[in-house]
Amino acid sequence: MAFLEYAPAPESRAILSLRDEYGIFVDGEFRPAAGASFDTISPADETRIATVAAASDDDVDAAVAAARRAYTKVWSRMSGRDRGKYLFRIARLVQERARELAVAESLDNGKPIKESRDVDVPLVAAWFFYYAGWADKLDYAGLGADPRALGVAGQIIPWNFPLLMLAWKIAPALAAGNTVVLKPAETTPLSALLFAEILQQADLPPGVVNIVTGAGATGAALVRHPDVDKIAFTGSTAVGREIARAVAGTDTRLTLELGGKAANIVFDDAPIDQAVEGIVNGIFFNQGHVCCAGSRLLVQESIHDEVVDRLKQRLSTLRLGDPLDKNTDIGAINSRAQLERIRELSRIGEEEGAVRWSAECAIPDTGFWFAPTIFTDVQTSHRIARDEIFGPVLSVLTFRTPAEAIAKANNTPYGLSAGIWSEKGSRILAVADKLRAGVVWANTFNRFDPASPFGGYKESGFGREGGRHGLLAYLKSPVSGRGVAK
Amino acid sequence: MSKRLTVPKTYKLFVGGAFPRSESGRVYEVRGSDGAFLANAARASRKDARDAVVKARAAVAGWAGATAYNRGQVLYRIAEVLEGRRAQFVAEVVAQEGVSAAAAGTQVDEAVDTWVWYAGWCDKFAQVTGNANPVAGPYFDISVPEPIGVVAAIAPQDSALRGITRVLAPALVAGNAVVVIASEAHPLSAISLAEVIATSDVPGGAVNVLTGSPAELAPWLASHEDVNALDLAGAGDLDWVELQIAASQTLKRVLPPEVGADAAEPSLQRISAFTELKTVWHPKSLV
Repeated sequence: MAFLEYAPAPESRAILSLRDEYGIFVDGEFRPAAGASFDTISPADETRIATVAAASDDDVDAAVAAARRAYTKVWSRMSGRDRGKYLFRIARLVQERARELAVAESLDNGKPIKESRDVDVPLVAAWFFYYAGWADKLDYAGLGADPRALGVAGQIIPWNFPLLMLAWKIAPALAAGNTVVLKPAETTPLSALLFAEILQQADLPPGVVNIVTGAGATGAALVRHPDVDKIAFTGSTAVGREIARAVAGTDTRLTLELGGKAANIVFDDAPIDQAVEGIVNGIFFNQGHVCCAGSRLLVQESIHDEVVDRLKQRLSTLRLGDPLDKNTDIGAINSRAQLERIRELSRIGEEEGAVRWSAECAIPDTGFWFAPTIFTDVQTSHRIARDEIFGPVLSVLTFRTPAEAIAKANNTPYGLSAGIWSEKGSRILAVADKLRAGVVWANTFNRFDPASPFGGYKESGFGREGGRHGLLAYLKSPVSGRGVAK
Repeated sequence: MSKRLTVPKTYKLFVGGAFPRSESGRVYEVRGSDGAFLANAARASRKDARDAVVKARAAVAGWAGATAYNRGQVLYRIAEVLEGRRAQFVAEVVAQEGVSAAAAGTQVDEAVDTWVWYAGWCDKFAQVTGNANPVAGPYFDISVPEPIGVVAAIAPQDSALRGITRVLAPALVAGNAVVVIASEAHPLSAISLAEVIATSDVPGGAVNVLTGSPAELAPWLASHEDVNALDLAGAGDLDWVELQIAASQTLKRVLPPEVGADAAEPSLQRISAFTELKTVWHPKSLV
């Protein structure tokens, strides 16, 4: 749409002063890893950003040992008030360096700068600020007086919200008195490494947070490590299953935040303008790389055509391109592998008989891109209605009655999130009651807040992140364990 | 005058609100601590376990959909009916466990009190474990615990009534349906408890009691795709790591084995272990 063409407005990369090569962050210092190294690239143009370490088993071992020392000698002895002060410091430093972190995130991940700048990084600061205040109030967390930390937490995070997932993991763990070994995703280590510099600026005691970069093998070493007391993982359900299997029979505590195939239910009395914006936000936010994305649109049959028409109109106005451009709505797909998966599932969608529509937009010559896409005539049996695509692809299904909408919404092994659009309060509340999902957004979508617990039912994982419940994932009751075997 | 001939009870399973025999036709001898024959208990099969899960799943909507006040009254009713049959339960515990009548009486009293304690939680735990969330925006945001669905439990094996009460009651509080494997050595009180439950307005299928071999039955429940949570309280003598591995493949919530007199002792954590927290957002606006 010509009238929507804006002059390029790229955010400057000059604010970044990156190293050419990063080691692992252990005991408060960057150090070379014993393992190999690999390049992290910008998915928007496939250029190299920096070289990062692929932490080996020995590197993970060193990081866990550092975390254990810091737990035993420093962090578990420190007052909650002082732990909280470190977290407040971190929150402030994140705010101070917000622009830099946003640019690094968009560069490494491919997400639009307006999202990293306005959503990811402000939430990171908010997360640390929220949990900072909990550190000296653990008696009120709900486990009775004097709850205990678990010890060393191993945390494995995905590539879709690299720094935000880091905050979701580290903030409650430290507030509760644990020390941490965190493994960022293979394709998005950059913001975690910048965050390590923030920890140095905050003067956080060495070893309290250790960051080991690498791929699946590094994560597996962390999961298998005998001196880790807690594993927190966000990622795919398949890997979540493997982790649950690996820790079976051990004392390692586990929280899993896994995949989703959320239904976004639009009733015929919904405020259509808001619903269309909510549908777009639900599935095209962050290129659809969102575990709680509203990837299944369930629209009441009588308004199906109107909603789809308006969606197509709206999608035609979205600008796809340079993630660092302030006007960009849709950034790059994070990796070639993910792009291939999105293409594959979309191809299967067509083969199975769904009707594909993609927004017309210029696709850059280099980098990984996928135009916003809608499938109509989708049946509940189609792969694109069952499998998590994790990309900017919306599957549209219809329903006639609320009961049918609820049945279709719940017809998935996942149960992370759901959306409801209606002007009728009593119906919203009744439908919300019946949806088997951990987060239900009514007349809104993809809202996140550190005070609000987030997490899934069924095969979307267990445990909650955010709020008081997020804290409980890193605490144990002083009396729990009485009578527990082993 | 000749001594009156007694009428012994046939102990069967409790599935879907009915008392069927095992479809396998199998029974096993239950003997008292003195070795005397007490009864033949049904030896439930894999198919009985799967039938029980089907019945449990069907019961979830009704039991979870009942008001919390109503569930509390039903659980209290279990306590009432159990109290009224105290003498029978004491005699059964004495016969199975070989303990003194006083010890058995303590166990039965404790069971009654456990039902009363959990009954009171039905309309309160959500106020304690849920939250209003003060988010940074114009949204109503609330987190409430909901039942997880179908819970499979292995009752502590060393007691006839205490163990099964301690795993059943907390799982029922939130509105879950339960399939419980009774103590293998002392299964008779479990079936008598099922009779109490059957006459206490608990909807059929919300509680299903299997007797037989936990080692044989538990793997089918641990791997069952329509079971949401696994309580291994009484699985300490089984290969419970394998059960946990089986459960991991459907990402079931698992509670570990517990041993001793404190096993599965009443706690709020036992209620919330079988809940899922749901967070609901809605915008606030004057227009």
